[in-house]
Amino acid sequence: MTEEIERDVMEYDVLIVGAGPAGLSAACRLKQKSPDLEVCIVEKGSEVGAHLLSGAVFEPRALDELFPDWKEKGAPLNVPVTRDEVYFFTGETKSKKMPNAFVPAPMHNDGNYIISLGQLGRWLAEQAEELGVEIYPGFAAQDAIVEDGVVKGIVTGEMGVDKNGEPKDGHVPGMELRAKYTLFGEGCRGHIGKRLIREFGLDADVDPQHYGIGLKEIWEIDPDRHEPGLVIHGAGWPLNTSGSGGSFLYHLEDNMVAVGLIVDLNYENPYLSPFKEFQRFKHHTEIAKYLEGGKRVSYGSRAITKGGLNSLPKMTLPGAALIGCDAGTLNFAKIKGNHTAMKSGMLAAEAAAEALAGGGEGGDELTGYTDAFKNSWAYEELYASRNFGASLHKFGTFKGGALNYIEQNWFKGKAPWNMHDTTPDHAATRPADECQEIEYPKPDGKLSFDILSSVHLSNTGHEEDQPCHLKLTDPSIPIEHNLPRYAEPAQRYCPAGVYEVVEDGDGNPRFQINFANCVHCKTCDIKDPAQNITWVPPEGGGGPKYSAM
Amino acid sequence: MKVLVSVKRAIDYNVRIQIKPDGSGVVENGVKHSMNPFDEIAVEQAMRWKEAGTAEEVVAVTIGPDAAKEQLRSALAFGCDRAIHIKTDEPVQPLTAARVFEAIAQKEEPKVFMMGKQAIDDDSNQTGQMTSALLEWPQATFASEIELSGETAKVTREIDAGLETIEVDLPAVITADLRLNEPRYLKLPDIMKAKKKPIEDMSLDDLGVEAAARLETLKTTPPPTREAGVRVESVDELVAKLKEKGLV
Amino acid sequence: MSNKILIIADHLDGSLNESTARAVACAQQMSPTGIDVLVLAEDGASVAAEAAQIEGVSRVLQADNAANAHPMAALLTPQIVAAAQQGEYSHVLGPNTTFGKDLMPRVAAKLGVAMVTDIMSVHSAHEFDRPIYAGNAVITVAAPTDQVLVASVRCASYPAAPGGNSAEIETLSLDAELPGHTRFVNLEQASSDRPDLQTAPKVISGGRGVGSEENFKVIYDLADKIGAAVGASRAAVDAGYVPNDMQVGQTGKIISPELYMCFGISGAIQHLAGIKDAQTIVAINKDEEAPIFEVADIGLVGDLFKIIPELEEKIG
Repeated sequence: MTEEIERDVMEYDVLIVGAGPAGLSAACRLKQKSPDLEVCIVEKGSEVGAHLLSGAVFEPRALDELFPDWKEKGAPLNVPVTRDEVYFFTGETKSKKMPNAFVPAPMHNDGNYIISLGQLGRWLAEQAEELGVEIYPGFAAQDAIVEDGVVKGIVTGEMGVDKNGEPKDGHVPGMELRAKYTLFGEGCRGHIGKRLIREFGLDADVDPQHYGIGLKEIWEIDPDRHEPGLVIHGAGWPLNTSGSGGSFLYHLEDNMVAVGLIVDLNYENPYLSPFKEFQRFKHHTEIAKYLEGGKRVSYGSRAITKGGLNSLPKMTLPGAALIGCDAGTLNFAKIKGNHTAMKSGMLAAEAAAEALAGGGEGGDELTGYTDAFKNSWAYEELYASRNFGASLHKFGTFKGGALNYIEQNWFKGKAPWNMHDTTPDHAATRPADECQEIEYPKPDGKLSFDILSSVHLSNTGHEEDQPCHLKLTDPSIPIEHNLPRYAEPAQRYCPAGVYEVVEDGDGNPRFQINFANCVHCKTCDIKDPAQNITWVPPEGGGGPKYSAM
Repeated sequence: MKVLVSVKRAIDYNVRIQIKPDGSGVVENGVKHSMNPFDEIAVEQAMRWKEAGTAEEVVAVTIGPDAAKEQLRSALAFGCDRAIHIKTDEPVQPLTAARVFEAIAQKEEPKVFMMGKQAIDDDSNQTGQMTSALLEWPQATFASEIELSGETAKVTREIDAGLETIEVDLPAVITADLRLNEPRYLKLPDIMKAKKKPIEDMSLDDLGVEAAARLETLKTTPPPTREAGVRVESVDELVAKLKEKGLV
Repeated sequence: MSNKILIIADHLDGSLNESTARAVACAQQMSPTGIDVLVLAEDGASVAAEAAQIEGVSRVLQADNAANAHPMAALLTPQIVAAAQQGEYSHVLGPNTTFGKDLMPRVAAKLGVAMVTDIMSVHSAHEFDRPIYAGNAVITVAAPTDQVLVASVRCASYPAAPGGNSAEIETLSLDAELPGHTRFVNLEQASSDRPDLQTAPKVISGGRGVGSEENFKVIYDLADKIGAAVGASRAAVDAGYVPNDMQVGQTGKIISPELYMCFGISGAIQHLAGIKDAQTIVAINKDEEAPIFEVADIGLVGDLFKIIPELEEKIG
């Protein structure tokens, strides 16, 4: 910043960035422990839930602890899991159904619920507001305020800047929100979390973080094909050779199903398109039999932090803590992160409440949070499944899957070995000329669709006259480096058609960023081979407007 | 001078609406709602008068369910002084809304009643005109510029033929069109302050208003889809087709 | 029950707006026993004569009044209410032009009845389809049958009723007290060289296929030749070929011209959202699989740089 900007300042006891499961649980817990604390949440989505996307099969353990009476309070956990099916898909019409006895223990879902995380988030927000938490959707935390090595709060994004960075009429500078402790619950690859992890060396002692990209649609299907409570998980086709990942189909209520594909972002072939893999996936006989005749009602995508314990950074720093997927508390063996995210938020909250109860001024490290986390069931889970992702990465879906079966069912996760995957996902990408181009089938307009009509269903939107929020450190890299070497994979890994290589008037390639399409999934920030793209928050309120994802 | 401004809670303009498969309406549950964009323009206009010292008090009013308080809070965050919530869980059609606004206007006696030119949900474009008719006040719809001077307002209206300027005596109902202004960004401290401003709750009964005879909605369906027409092979053929349709 | 329909004529500078004939076409579907057109003007002779030619019109009622020199809803309404009551009409219709949109709700409120905006389809004299959510949904509504029905007609849904009629013209004297609270000041008619994108009856549009800012000149030239406004796809705007305000589509302008001719536009759904109400869509694209062809009324596969010059020459 070159000139001093006069900013409004507000002070809180605890400030929480991000109204997701971790942040909202933390806020509720803080007010439960110490009702007098001033607690504030800022959320970049236009409302709570607008940017929440998850499968989701939900394990209620953390919620049971946070609100034992959640049923009476009307929490939107309406569909208990009634049946689990796990498939290895070996081709578009072929599959092997895993006998129940061979399904790794963490993938059993008795006692769990199929939910919309968006709805759960809205409900948690209501509880938080009732407890006296102030929640401000539509305000993005632009950056952390760090003074003398201590996090003091955040600065909100400025509003009303034109595409060249000049203030427009009605320009509003960002304001400072200061707090004794700031909890970052931005979700996977939060832009401030990323900065803090780097600047404070929080990941010095752990493996590089690993990610997946999740793509999801909600369909309204033929009532005769609908079986509320049915959970289907799959691995294999269409990802057998070009990449790894998993798929899901969950039967919600009201004839709705959620269908999705998670593609591990350590894939090698730059020609791979997670979006097109997902579209193709829906044609599998076992999936199509539910979707045929149905209507797609929404679409969205979000990256997933899946490195688990081996990649979990230090979660505290002076004045702040990382909670949920901003740190990386997801249990990939269970393919669930909402319960552990909530738990981490609650533990951070308890530590903060305790530290402030004795008249503490904050600004220190919440070591109580780390200690409590290490002694929690959440940690135990993550420990038990620490090798899951790495063994899949190392041995592939089939062998790795078998190993996971042995580890999870015979050793109950306490196998005497540790596996590490030390290649960051972006570095796994191989040069295009070493890889085969992938020919994807054309969408049929019934089960599969093109990217723009999909993005349309995410309800995403951004004020168009604002600076592009996808920053290129070196603008020449996409065309001069990524294009010849990797056939510029951004064109394909982005699930929203943001990046295109187009010809300019003279027939030369030009890198085009359609930032208004962005669904805030963060995949570009993760997967760009040159690590040249930095995702920063656009003007608050922009991005997808998911209603129940 | 007192200004009254109406705001309506509507599905956010960014949201692609979904029609319920049984045709009973559009899906509203869990869908983001916002203040009707034209109402935001109306509120912004009132705020500009307030900031210029033309208006002393600006009162926001809405009709709707509890959730509509959210939009009143937004209006208060813009800077409205207070708000009135006429609570009803029934869908409100324009003539009933106009009767409510007539009663509120008689009670509050504003000089200007600002409204959005239409709501982007039902697209009726009636309430402003109907309110002014019931009040026997002048109306100035589709305003793109308003000049207030004492007892009159000079309003430039966006009409098909161009820009029409009319002069109306106050009090009057003025409805805002898109180009009247660009609403401000709400500031966090203003949103915080808005939480403490008063909202008065009322019912149709309190106002002695009876709901008007309604249009009954029989079903909701997706719009007819366009279908591919003909392919022509040459410019000659194209020109012939265009001439046939009288388009060139 | 007899359906006696009164249609309020929209006119300017002594000539009838075509929207009136469109409203007549709509009224004809309501099993009318009679369709009368009311001309409220300072001197309505020429307008009334035009209205009398519209097929389906039974009578034209000409009510001259100096106060009608400029159409203002507050002044016209008492006259319409008087005419509606005098003539015992069951329906009072107007076009959904800004004239009708401003006027008809005031009439409805004065008659104490609900109003139907934007009739796009008629099921019966009291049952209609109308668009909501900017045309993204259509509702079928039933109006009470025991009161006068006031409605506006969505002009884009009805072709103008043809001419060739010679309906009777009657002068009407209306007993109505007109308020003095609303006064006309002036009308600045749009007179730009190129028509406004939002309201132009013809629009020529270019997409990324145009290739550059310089190349867009061919689009402007063709537009000027046929008197069309110029629009663009978001791709063309993003590529910097044209300014933001020319963007047609979901996040740009939503338009409903009679003719929409687009060059080098693939037809992304966001763009189609902006043109779905266009009456005739003509698409020229070199990619024969471009989605725009799925909605175009007339499609031509080819190179726009060859086609435009030929088109200009042959349109003559």
